[in-house]
Amino acid sequence: MTTLDAPRHDILDTTASSDNYLTHSRGFLSWALTLDHKRIGVMYLIAVLGSFLVGGIFALLLRTELLTPGRTFVDADTYNQFFTLHGAIMVFLVIIPSIPAALGNFVLPIMLGAKDVAFPRLNLFSFYLWVGGALFTLYSLAVGGFDTGWTFYTPYSTTTTTGGVVPVLIGVFILGFSSIFTGLNFIVTVHKLRPPGMIWFKMPLFLWAIYSTAIIQVLATPVLAITLCLLIVERTLNIGIFNPSMGGDPVLYQHFFWFYSHPAVYIMIVPAMGIISEIIAVHSHRHIFGYRFIAFSSIAIAMFSFIVWGHHMFISGQSGLMNTIFSLISFSVAIPSAVKTFNWTMTLYKGTISLTAPMMYGLSFLFLFTIGGLTGLHCATLNTDVHLHDTYFVVAHFHYVMMGSALIGMIGGLHHWWPKMTGRMYHEGTAITACIIIFIGFNLTFFTQFMLGSQGMPRRYYDYQPEFQIYHVISTIGAYTMAVGFVITAVCFAQSLMSGRRAPANPWGGRSLEWQCASPPPHDNFATTPTVGDCYNFTAVIWDEKQQGYIVDRTLDPDMPHSTGAKPGGHS
Amino acid sequence: MSQITAERDPHLHGGADADSGHAHSGEHAKYSFLAHHFDSPAQQFDSAKLGMWLFLATEVLFFGALFVGYAVLRSRFPEVFSYASHYLDTTMGGINTGVLIVSSLTMALGVYFAQRGRKLALIICLWLTMAGAAGFLVIKYFEYSHKIHAHLVWGPTFYIPPHNEFGNEEATALAHAPTPAPAAVGVPVHSAVAAVGPLGTAPMVDASVIKPASVGPTGLSAAAVDHRLAGGGDIIPYEMPSAHLEDPNMPPNTHLFFSIYYAMTGLHGIHVVVGMFVIGMLIHRATRGDFGPNYYTPVDLVGLYWHIVDLVWIFLFPLFYLIH
Amino acid sequence: MSQPNQPSHATDVAAGHPLVGHLVGIKTLVTTASALLFLTIVTVIVRYIDIGEFNIWVAIGIAVIKAGLVATFFMHLKWDRPFNVLVFMGCSLFVILMMAFCVLDTSQYRATQYTGNATLVQETLDAHAPGAPITQKRTEINP
Repeated sequence: MTTLDAPRHDILDTTASSDNYLTHSRGFLSWALTLDHKRIGVMYLIAVLGSFLVGGIFALLLRTELLTPGRTFVDADTYNQFFTLHGAIMVFLVIIPSIPAALGNFVLPIMLGAKDVAFPRLNLFSFYLWVGGALFTLYSLAVGGFDTGWTFYTPYSTTTTTGGVVPVLIGVFILGFSSIFTGLNFIVTVHKLRPPGMIWFKMPLFLWAIYSTAIIQVLATPVLAITLCLLIVERTLNIGIFNPSMGGDPVLYQHFFWFYSHPAVYIMIVPAMGIISEIIAVHSHRHIFGYRFIAFSSIAIAMFSFIVWGHHMFISGQSGLMNTIFSLISFSVAIPSAVKTFNWTMTLYKGTISLTAPMMYGLSFLFLFTIGGLTGLHCATLNTDVHLHDTYFVVAHFHYVMMGSALIGMIGGLHHWWPKMTGRMYHEGTAITACIIIFIGFNLTFFTQFMLGSQGMPRRYYDYQPEFQIYHVISTIGAYTMAVGFVITAVCFAQSLMSGRRAPANPWGGRSLEWQCASPPPHDNFATTPTVGDCYNFTAVIWDEKQQGYIVDRTLDPDMPHSTGAKPGGHS
Repeated sequence: MSQITAERDPHLHGGADADSGHAHSGEHAKYSFLAHHFDSPAQQFDSAKLGMWLFLATEVLFFGALFVGYAVLRSRFPEVFSYASHYLDTTMGGINTGVLIVSSLTMALGVYFAQRGRKLALIICLWLTMAGAAGFLVIKYFEYSHKIHAHLVWGPTFYIPPHNEFGNEEATALAHAPTPAPAAVGVPVHSAVAAVGPLGTAPMVDASVIKPASVGPTGLSAAAVDHRLAGGGDIIPYEMPSAHLEDPNMPPNTHLFFSIYYAMTGLHGIHVVVGMFVIGMLIHRATRGDFGPNYYTPVDLVGLYWHIVDLVWIFLFPLFYLIH
Repeated sequence: MSQPNQPSHATDVAAGHPLVGHLVGIKTLVTTASALLFLTIVTVIVRYIDIGEFNIWVAIGIAVIKAGLVATFFMHLKWDRPFNVLVFMGCSLFVILMMAFCVLDTSQYRATQYTGNATLVQETLDAHAPGAPITQKRTEINP
């Protein structure tokens, strides 16, 4: 049986260098019109990282402005545009598509053992929708920008004189449909393109997470789309549905908006949780603890996410009854989140932890998500939130979740699958250094904002009392520290692309299907539909000196038939 | 076949797997429509169906949010809805409901004929569906134009009296419209002028400016005309298009009814237009002979879309036109 | 959840059946359409019967029955995969959920809202139609 593995890996090595998805065809059009999910994923990744750079620059600009009370280098209106653009770009252009559309597109079909997503043309179409949405957002900058905040609350958004409101609404509308079609594609792929043997409970947890995310994308995003449509006609035709001076109801707008945007928070975080499930298991070489609990908690989060939106509206004029109901239900989201966190921690326990760069990001996630999640309980508590609402406490809370968890998870996933995507290794030491700098910078930036917020500093303010200045200065220093970390990461990746060592098929010791195909994967992923084993059983995954990577020695696998030397028990 | 990429049980290699691989390539040779990443027509069909149903789910939520808006506005202003509903023309709305149901039937029959491979019958059904969609839009156009000329619109314009824009031209157009002219049930209004013409030639009355009907749906029944001729009520002529402004019974903020009415029926109308576009593409492909018992997925999917458009209207009709 | 790769129905092309999917006969379709048209007439008629609060519920009930007919027969849901039924029912459930929460909220604060014309409405009336009889001034119900 061992002989069966050996020649196959020789074949892998030759295919890796000759024909893979990157070299399969050449020329601009072979990328622009590609139907290959891997190329679409890479195009998404480049687009998302580009937007991340722009959003990050706006973050640095607004942090710089906040160094001193009053004017530092821009006026108040420009500052309003800075934080609006930072929020809108980061939410709609970066975090929402980052993991599902970029990494998910690349990894999902391979992990599943499929040749492609169910609807490749639709997949490409949703990428171009993303591009269209981004262009509209850019166009809105050219015609005067917008200062509504990323939430576009009425009646301000229907009355502000900044000229870019309607274009950005159209842009976000289009981005919404990009997101819907991605989600739809993934649901159908997971349902219909699983190869024989890939039953639901053999799917890697990342797929469960992407699947849960896709449910939210399909069910929640249309509500955002229609809300933005109504906002556009409200602004252009003055139909008055959201306008109190016309008898309309601005709270209704907030209901609509948060019916999408609260689930959207889980569109951001759930895929990151899926990545962490992969990273923690693979890099501690230990079977994931509580597989089914993690899988079902993803679905549970997706479902709960639809019935808690009102906790964003505690001081909006929402009725007391609804405030109480929403506060109560909001606590329930803590349960599946905690289930996941405890299971990851238990996976680490007695695992053989490799402190690789992805694992460093995984551990950072655990730390930051715990803080972000627990401070969420402060905000869900009705009477506490009346004090904390719209202060920097909330800002810090959702940055711990959206940046410290979702984006850190995404960067971790990028490190995890980078060898698979590019066929190159990166310099581990540099990547780990960058991770530590980002981690320190992040906590400097946002932990101080918890203190600012609990002392009463409101969010989105241009000016502040002098006694807050020390916190703002620390926070700004943290932001620049993070920027340094990201620049180091970028340099690390660039160096990897140019002169990195060729990556083996399985550099980390993963067992799920994507690690069984070459790095980078061939054009069709799998020549024949593959069969699958337990993707978290690492007993059969052993280090191979010749390849400088891991291989699966089937003779060691207790689950597979024809095994001879099954080793019972975990890998301790 | 050199890209053996998955870990695989050895015994599968010689036996079942090789067979299935062969079978799949056979399927691809047999069915030209089968995409490379699907193994069988059934898998492709099931995927397409599930994808379409998910898309319909997004459509349901897309309209659903507007229905929520409707519910909130109606629960806040019940008097506005029961008052303003009577400005809508039940006859036209009812006919439109019928038109959509019949076009849904022809679409479903189209799927049937596609499944049976009867090309001509399929094309006829698709053209009939297209005709239904067009008829719906024509009727909707007349409804909209009446209301817009009478300033029964969204926003502040609702409260601005129009300056006699609704002249003879429109009246002529209405008289020659293929649709039955709305019957008039007069309600006494000060300074109203009786404008009674022969049935079907000059219905000099715009139903949309009529106050709440006191005698039920008269349609084009002779009884209504008799009632009218017998002086059973005064009629609002075109020259009084701002009648809603002169009505002391009009509750405040009535424009909100029309805001949500135009938002919902307008979005629905856009869907009808999109439906006509995709049905047109189907007709093109059906004429080319693309569909048959083996492959009719696009007909089926467009059918599903068209039925959901019908389904939305089934809710819109009673919620706007039939408020007691 | 259905298993992948398994043909949804028997494929008997020779007997006039499609390769995939289910054939719904003309008779069923015409009967469904007739029922829909009949219910349309019924719903128009009940509009004129005053049963107070129940009018809207009767109208919605009839619309739900009609929607069910369309989904079951025209859209082949009766013979379709259970998961497709779940998708349709599930998304309807989410709409109902959202509606319930929003209407519940509105009904709670209705008592503290203003009555009368909204400010911009009143301004428009004053400017363009000062003689219009609807000039109810803005008042607060529950000061």
